[in-house]
Amino acid sequence: MTDLTSLKISQIRDGLKAGDFTAVELTEKYIAAVQEASELNAYVCQTPDQAIEMAKASDARIAKGKANGQIRALEGVPLGIKDLFATKGVHTQACSHILDGFKPAYNSTVTQNLFSDGAVMLGKLNMDEFAMGSSNETSYYGNVVNPWRRTGSDTKLVPGGSSGGSATAVAANLCAGATATDTGGSIRQPAAFTGTVGIKPTYGRVSRWGVVAFASSLDQAGPIARDVRDAAIMLKSMASYDELDTTSVDRPVPDYESALTGDIKGLRVGIPKEYQVENMPAEIQALWEQGKEWLKARGAEIIDVTLPHTKYALPAYYIVAPAEASSNLARYDGVRYGLRVAGDDIADMYEKTRAEGFGPEVQRRILMGTYVLSAGYYDAYYTKAQKVRSLIKNDFDVAFKDVDVMLTPATPSPAFAPGEITDPVQMYLNDIFTVTVNMAGLPGISVPAGLSADGLPLGLQLIGKAFDEETLFRTAGVIEEDAQFNAKPTKWWA
Amino acid sequence: MSVDQNTVRKIASLSRIRVEEQDLPKLAGELNSILTWIEMLQEVDTDGVKPMTSAVQTKMTMRDDVVNKGGHAEIIVANAPESEDNFFMVPKVIE
Repeated sequence: MTDLTSLKISQIRDGLKAGDFTAVELTEKYIAAVQEASELNAYVCQTPDQAIEMAKASDARIAKGKANGQIRALEGVPLGIKDLFATKGVHTQACSHILDGFKPAYNSTVTQNLFSDGAVMLGKLNMDEFAMGSSNETSYYGNVVNPWRRTGSDTKLVPGGSSGGSATAVAANLCAGATATDTGGSIRQPAAFTGTVGIKPTYGRVSRWGVVAFASSLDQAGPIARDVRDAAIMLKSMASYDELDTTSVDRPVPDYESALTGDIKGLRVGIPKEYQVENMPAEIQALWEQGKEWLKARGAEIIDVTLPHTKYALPAYYIVAPAEASSNLARYDGVRYGLRVAGDDIADMYEKTRAEGFGPEVQRRILMGTYVLSAGYYDAYYTKAQKVRSLIKNDFDVAFKDVDVMLTPATPSPAFAPGEITDPVQMYLNDIFTVTVNMAGLPGISVPAGLSADGLPLGLQLIGKAFDEETLFRTAGVIEEDAQFNAKPTKWWA
Repeated sequence: MSVDQNTVRKIASLSRIRVEEQDLPKLAGELNSILTWIEMLQEVDTDGVKPMTSAVQTKMTMRDDVVNKGGHAEIIVANAPESEDNFFMVPKVIE
């Protein structure tokens, strides 16, 4: 019998319906797989008892549903949930020490949507502290390990970040799919590093209610999944209009799966010349070229476009994101939840609590944000960055008059080793191809398209018009088909 | 623009984060390397450009001004490090 944990969500759906296995059997296999994989450190909290209860409920509903043909979209599908999403009564700490012991009294809208569609929760996934990082080295719960290793090497590699636990868990078959969030590349970069598919939807497509806030004008939740179809199934469930999030947009959620027609004849694909960065590794360049060829062969038209302000996106991001983070994280003061370190007076308590509760990267960003928002610097930094952001958005608006979608590399390199990048600015450069998309509020998808010379996954990114996730899924599906990326990491951890 | 140790001390205090004296030089160095890098924004001509305020144009909606979910003080204080009679407890602030 096939290993149940290797099944995609679409196959689970068919298998459960056909009665090939039960949701409880499937969930038990996953619980065992997670327990064997502690070396990867993907989960910070496992909820096996709750998972079995949810799976039993799924099996009962499937039995009834077979009679009337009504089976929910994610019935019995075991998922991992990033620690950033509020889950009722369960560990929700953004992988920070400062949220020690926090158990919300409610579910985030995203997890509620997934559970209402029948999904089973296996536990909470590791991530960079407050989603600040590109390598999952800033988590209070330690590094996540990428299941992939270089050919012939046993050096451990990072899974990318901040959704590193999500990416590792999906790649190593420790859940069928995972929730993730993306503020500057935190879904797409780890997906690229682990040979998985990750989509950051248009800003406003998915409710942010109950998702621990990092930078509110950039944060957006999305799935990391085994393939494009699974990502489409998950996003359909995660997306909704939500009156509890005033930035969520009231428009119907399309059936993304039906967009996977494979037909891209006449599609206009833009190639932004500014993504041709200096020192781009030859293998990433080659992959990009290959991507163009695949699309061209399917009848798409390749068109050169220009996004002149691309290189300013990352520095502007490192003003806007820390500024918003410094305000959002002001709430962690040792009074209402989480860690409290006693002090001589209330200010002393605040300062000691925040010094002990936040890790170095989070502290650095709060300080940076406080500085750029402080009197005398606000216009020079913050207002300037927001103006640059308007220019970046305008670049896309202009370019999208001539094209339907853009094709770029997802990351400037394959996965690297922990400790290899210590300079903050060098680490930030990991998001060079992804961050523009957040700044403009657009959707972007990362799809695995090949392996590096030393056997590591590489991804291509597609950028779409606002609320045109369907074109992204359709085009990504074509790349997936043509790339025939079937490689899986060797199971060395169990 | 660059920050000196006094500035770092000041922004740490504004941020309510205790920073030990011996850590100030390293932090100032790190912040300066980031500030030097973002300095490149100054070369962008932004005259007459409006600052972006929203990623996607949406109309703000209003809801009725009524209490819709109230009366849950015990749930709200459930995660507090210290609480009493559904109040958050903090060190004394008024002498």
